[in-house]
Amino acid sequence: MGNVFPAGFEALEPFADWAVQGEKARYAKRVSSTMEELQAFYDVAYPLLQKNTEYMEKLSLEGIGEEDKRLLWAFCALVTVAFPVEAWGQPRVPDSGPSSIDAIIEPAV
Amino acid sequence: MAHFPKPEEGSWTEHFKIDTGPVSYADSISPEFYERERDAVFRRTWLNVGRVEQLPRKGSYFTKELDAARASVVVVRGTDGEVRAFHNVCRHRGNKLVWDDYPSEETKGNCRQFTCKYHAWRYDLDGKLAFVQQESEFFDIDKSKYGLMQVRAEVWEGFIFVNLDPDNTTPLKDYLGKFAQGIEGYPFDKLTQVHKYRAEIGSNWKLFIDAFAEFYHAPILHGGQYEAGEAAKIKKYGYEALSYDIDGPHSMVSSWGGIAPPKEKAMVKPIERVLRSGLFGPWDAPDIGMTTEQLPSAINPTRSDVWGMDTFVFFPNFMLLVWRPNWVLTYHYWPTSYNTHIFEGTCYFVPPENGFQRLQQELAAVTFKEYGLQDGNTLEATQTMLERRTVDEFPLCDQEILLRHLHSSTQNFVREYEQKNSKTPAG
Ligand code: FES
Ligand SMILES: [Fe+2]
Repeated sequence: MGNVFPAGFEALEPFADWAVQGEKARYAKRVSSTMEELQAFYDVAYPLLQKNTEYMEKLSLEGIGEEDKRLLWAFCALVTVAFPVEAWGQPRVPDSGPSSIDAIIEPAV
Repeated sequence: MAHFPKPEEGSWTEHFKIDTGPVSYADSISPEFYERERDAVFRRTWLNVGRVEQLPRKGSYFTKELDAARASVVVVRGTDGEVRAFHNVCRHRGNKLVWDDYPSEETKGNCRQFTCKYHAWRYDLDGKLAFVQQESEFFDIDKSKYGLMQVRAEVWEGFIFVNLDPDNTTPLKDYLGKFAQGIEGYPFDKLTQVHKYRAEIGSNWKLFIDAFAEFYHAPILHGGQYEAGEAAKIKKYGYEALSYDIDGPHSMVSSWGGIAPPKEKAMVKPIERVLRSGLFGPWDAPDIGMTTEQLPSAINPTRSDVWGMDTFVFFPNFMLLVWRPNWVLTYHYWPTSYNTHIFEGTCYFVPPENGFQRLQQELAAVTFKEYGLQDGNTLEATQTMLERRTVDEFPLCDQEILLRHLHSSTQNFVREYEQKNSKTPAG
């Protein structure tokens, strides 16, 4: 089986399960994960994004390939995971209790 | 510690001749008042139900549940390209005409005719009854009398509004007033990348507007979203708007730019630093064919160089936020009872050209959601405690002027409507 992500992003392979389509699904994964799991993914994904902003800037969305699409989803998951790691110290938004806000329309990619 | 000038009277609230006394929120905790509001407000005013991009072709349609107005409408683009709205009810036996698996859920699609699921009566895109099953069994039925019930629909800058009051003759543009006039020309049609969120909130609809019509709470409730040192600074600084304005029941607040981009990168979270984006949107504004200085006159009305965003509250339940980095956010609050409503938040961006811009937009949209979660849940606490009525008078500050205006406008609408329709003659 080939790689999940494009060449240069091998470090992300153990976190392939974060390449989820849709904010709703990514958020669900975040709140059902432990802080250790979120931190482990963040620690690998954040430096990769930092090093590869130019790659992402050159990544055209038109006719985007499968590997690049999964990379984009994984970085979208990083965005979702950044809140617990950088601000909250917990997977859920503090004081958000049982409330939820669900994505109902999202970009195709 | 004033950061921005206020009107001569010394406060915005006094300037607009709005009462400065404590408010009661009885209008937000009473089932009885909610019933009056349904008739006086939600069945009489222009309600924004969507955008023209949702109806790309002839025959494109969507449904909208307007529970507060006791209505479901179907909005459709006809064969002539016109946008029309109809009550979503079949004229035969009253079945809901357009729905998918679940009658209470909204739907959308494209069709040539609407066919009722019950006995297959068919209506064309103009609402005319086109087919009656076993027509000969009826008693000389005149099909021209049984078309769909039309609802007034008008479009302002691509935003589709409906008005359920058959006697209301005020054109949409007149109703929306001077803010809408001053926003005209903003290139909404270029912002076609949509992220839309929906939540069921356990509070009166007005209380959520209250939370989004002032930013005074942001350094406190949302303090955890900033870098720790920065949060303390922001809290000390407090919040003041550049300006406020009132036009009939509508209102607006113009705000400074905050942290987009920040003076020092250390001020923001690492994800914002790497993506150059955050609550205020991507820091580099995409081309929308006009510079900040060229934006229509109602946007950044004081022409401040530190301007960051404007919030327009179009009564009753439509809010439009225009951000300096050329994107737009809308809020809708759809009441489902006196202490529940459905909240919708929709982000509109210029379509991203590459993966990086896509991530910048994702961060802006997700940041809005994290804030919204804090607001929404806080409101449930507020609603419960208001309903206890232990305390029934609450002071409001000058940065909370839009809230006062919303609650008093609602009460005025109810009072005026009831006076006009009272059965007992005056005197
Ligand atoms: S109720 Fe619609 S066809 Fe009978
Ligand atoms: Fe808030």
